[in-house]
Amino acid sequence: MAEVKKFMYLNRKAPYGTIYALESLEVVLIGAAFDQDVSLAFIGDGVYQLTKGQNTAGIGMKSFSPVYMALGDYEVNKIYVEKESLEERGLTLDDLQHLVWEDEDEDYAEKDSIRLVSRAELADVLNEQDITLSF
Amino acid sequence: MATLHTVNKSPFEMNSFDTCLGLAKSGSSILLIEDGVYAATTGHSIADKIKNTSGISFYVLGPDLQARGLENKLADGIKVVDYDGFVDLAAEHSTVQAWL
Repeated sequence: MAEVKKFMYLNRKAPYGTIYALESLEVVLIGAAFDQDVSLAFIGDGVYQLTKGQNTAGIGMKSFSPVYMALGDYEVNKIYVEKESLEERGLTLDDLQHLVWEDEDEDYAEKDSIRLVSRAELADVLNEQDITLSF
Repeated sequence: MATLHTVNKSPFEMNSFDTCLGLAKSGSSILLIEDGVYAATTGHSIADKIKNTSGISFYVLGPDLQARGLENKLADGIKVVDYDGFVDLAAEHSTVQAWL
């Protein structure tokens, strides 16, 4: 078995206006098949990807918002959201989807996937990664 | 000779909205579309700029706001229009300027 590497997917763009958010999700899901140590971070306008209540019926685009809910099933459960980015945009955690994963080591207990971190804390997390993919 | 300005970029990523606001004349209108709709929400520095602006009418495209899950974060004083409303605004103004 090859060495497990720490992968960070860094998301900085709002959804729907550009293709970055969707492309990042696609790569995360592909990468999830390779049993690596995967983390996602949402900073800047990237935090808008996680807002709840997204309804794209009116703009004729498919909503990929529900896919974030499924990440826990792919063992993608370290989702960092930068506190400062939320505050600068007038958002709180309550404005975001409640993302969870099931811990099979604890009888499938449901646990929160989102970790609210400060910019300084996120800097440390980013520093620990082997590979960072930026979107 | 009123102008309809459209802004489609996030005010947190690009300065399109700021530039538009600085050059828009009193009596003109600004319509926020696509990622521009983030300017229409509450609780940040851009919202304060809109609140402190007089003589300009602000509109936001409803379907773009709904797609981003931000209907309940809409700031006061910004009117929501649909695609038909967009067409009406374009017809009512003498020119349309798109800030890309």
